[in-house]
Amino acid sequence: MLIIKGLSMSFNKGTDNELRLFDGLNLEIEKNRCTALIGPNGCGKSTLLNLIAGSIKLDQGQIILDGEEITKLKEEERANLLGRVYQDPYMGVSPSLTILENMALADKKGERFTLKRLIRKKNIDRYREILRELNLGLENKLHTKVKYLSGGQRQSLSLIMATMKHPSLLLLDEHTAALDPKTSDLVMKKTKELIEKHAITTIMISHNLKDALEYSDRIIMLNRGNIILDRRSKDITEDQLMEIYRKKLEMVA
Amino acid sequence: MNSLIITSIEQGLIFGILAMGVLLTYKILDIADLTVEGSFPFGAFIFAKLVTSGLNPIASTLLSFLFGTLAGLLTAILFTKLKIKPLLSGILTMTILYSVNLKTNGKANIPLFSHASIYDLGPIMITLIIIALIIKVTLDSFLKTEIGYLLIATGDNESLVKSLGKNSNNYKILGLMLANGLVALSGALMAQYQGFVDITMGSSIIVVALASIIIGDTIGKKSNRIKNTSKAIMGAIIYKIIGGIAIDLGLEPSDLKAVSAIIVIAFLSYNNLFSQLLDIKRIRGGEKYADNKRPVNELQ
Repeated sequence: MLIIKGLSMSFNKGTDNELRLFDGLNLEIEKNRCTALIGPNGCGKSTLLNLIAGSIKLDQGQIILDGEEITKLKEEERANLLGRVYQDPYMGVSPSLTILENMALADKKGERFTLKRLIRKKNIDRYREILRELNLGLENKLHTKVKYLSGGQRQSLSLIMATMKHPSLLLLDEHTAALDPKTSDLVMKKTKELIEKHAITTIMISHNLKDALEYSDRIIMLNRGNIILDRRSKDITEDQLMEIYRKKLEMVA
Repeated sequence: MNSLIITSIEQGLIFGILAMGVLLTYKILDIADLTVEGSFPFGAFIFAKLVTSGLNPIASTLLSFLFGTLAGLLTAILFTKLKIKPLLSGILTMTILYSVNLKTNGKANIPLFSHASIYDLGPIMITLIIIALIIKVTLDSFLKTEIGYLLIATGDNESLVKSLGKNSNNYKILGLMLANGLVALSGALMAQYQGFVDITMGSSIIVVALASIIIGDTIGKKSNRIKNTSKAIMGAIIYKIIGGIAIDLGLEPSDLKAVSAIIVIAFLSYNNLFSQLLDIKRIRGGEKYADNKRPVNELQ
């Protein structure tokens, strides 16, 4: 479970352009559930993810993951507990290395890196098995450099790499936004399978309301750093959501 | 002519070690590291200081590697900790090293003819081949280790390294240290080879290193079998042979620097412009387009 307490954060602090985004935000994300964050550009979705991951610093507040306070941890220290898939499929992989080399790197996440050989024969079958579950034929391309894969294949690999060590929390930052609709659908389905299979607590940002509803258990709408809607995904339809989206946003605008 | 080839190969092997060092920063970490201009003579001057103080040449050569790593460390600290741009960090270290080099022995030129050298151990060519091979094999196997792969990933995509729970700056530091260690070692070997050290021996050495790497890159371009380290050594040897022949044909040695720079410009612009033209042809041919379609079909 992720608990965010009294989170405050401003951009351009101490200048005339200071922009207060979060002002005492409280949020609890339930364990083993997928929570979708939606909202217009600038509402704070991505910033919230960056704050959780430690890519940007908060001004005030606490972030507690599975009972451990992670507020003071550096980005790379938090990374051991988190998995993250970005919008850009290149962000989660090393493009000039092969699929096998990328998998082997992800498999060492959070461990000590030493002067032992990275690729161990005994692990290759396990990697192949993990890739086979994706159904993309990647298990036959272990020695292909990742830069030669398609966006969808690359993003699926990023997803596998981010979840391989079963993180306490998975952050999906519009991870299908750069893909064509068909590929996007497929990656979303694979995402759902993976997070259900390994019971991974997930926060997903999406601009696609339909996806957000279909693939999440809970839906949270943000506007200017405030939660303006918080519902179970099955209790609301896409049309209702659209209606609220429009009304609420007009109201606060 | 024959002796020209032999000299070129011998010098090529020495510059091959330089090129393997620069390979780490230029190709793997994707940093243009100008420290090299200072660390090459630094290795030579440290060697001269140690060997003229009575230390044996093998230990002196090895120590020059260690001092070279310190030069890399300084540049790395400047840009990872003090946030100075990598290019400027290298220039600053190189400038510092210029003064340091002059200070080590108190003069700009030191003859070493009367001192023992590593080449006293056996035939020069064999000695150099063995040294270059040991470094090549060690570097190749290092790049296959867990830490080695993190070094590659740092140059490739820093955010991946962070997501693995590692501080990518540490690997930049490591890479710069190793690179400049090798460059200093190469400087020490060069000093013994030519029998003197000189304050100008590092000037535009980065161009020599880049020319070697770039020429080496054209060897076996289509295959992954030949390792970058082998290519760097071969590139350095070919570079030296070309340079040797050019001088033999009447080119002034002082013109060689401009020629080297032009070689680098020609190869880089070919890679940047001409190879892209070929790509466009491929796209027009529909091959690339079809390539992009394939995954979608596979995904269905």
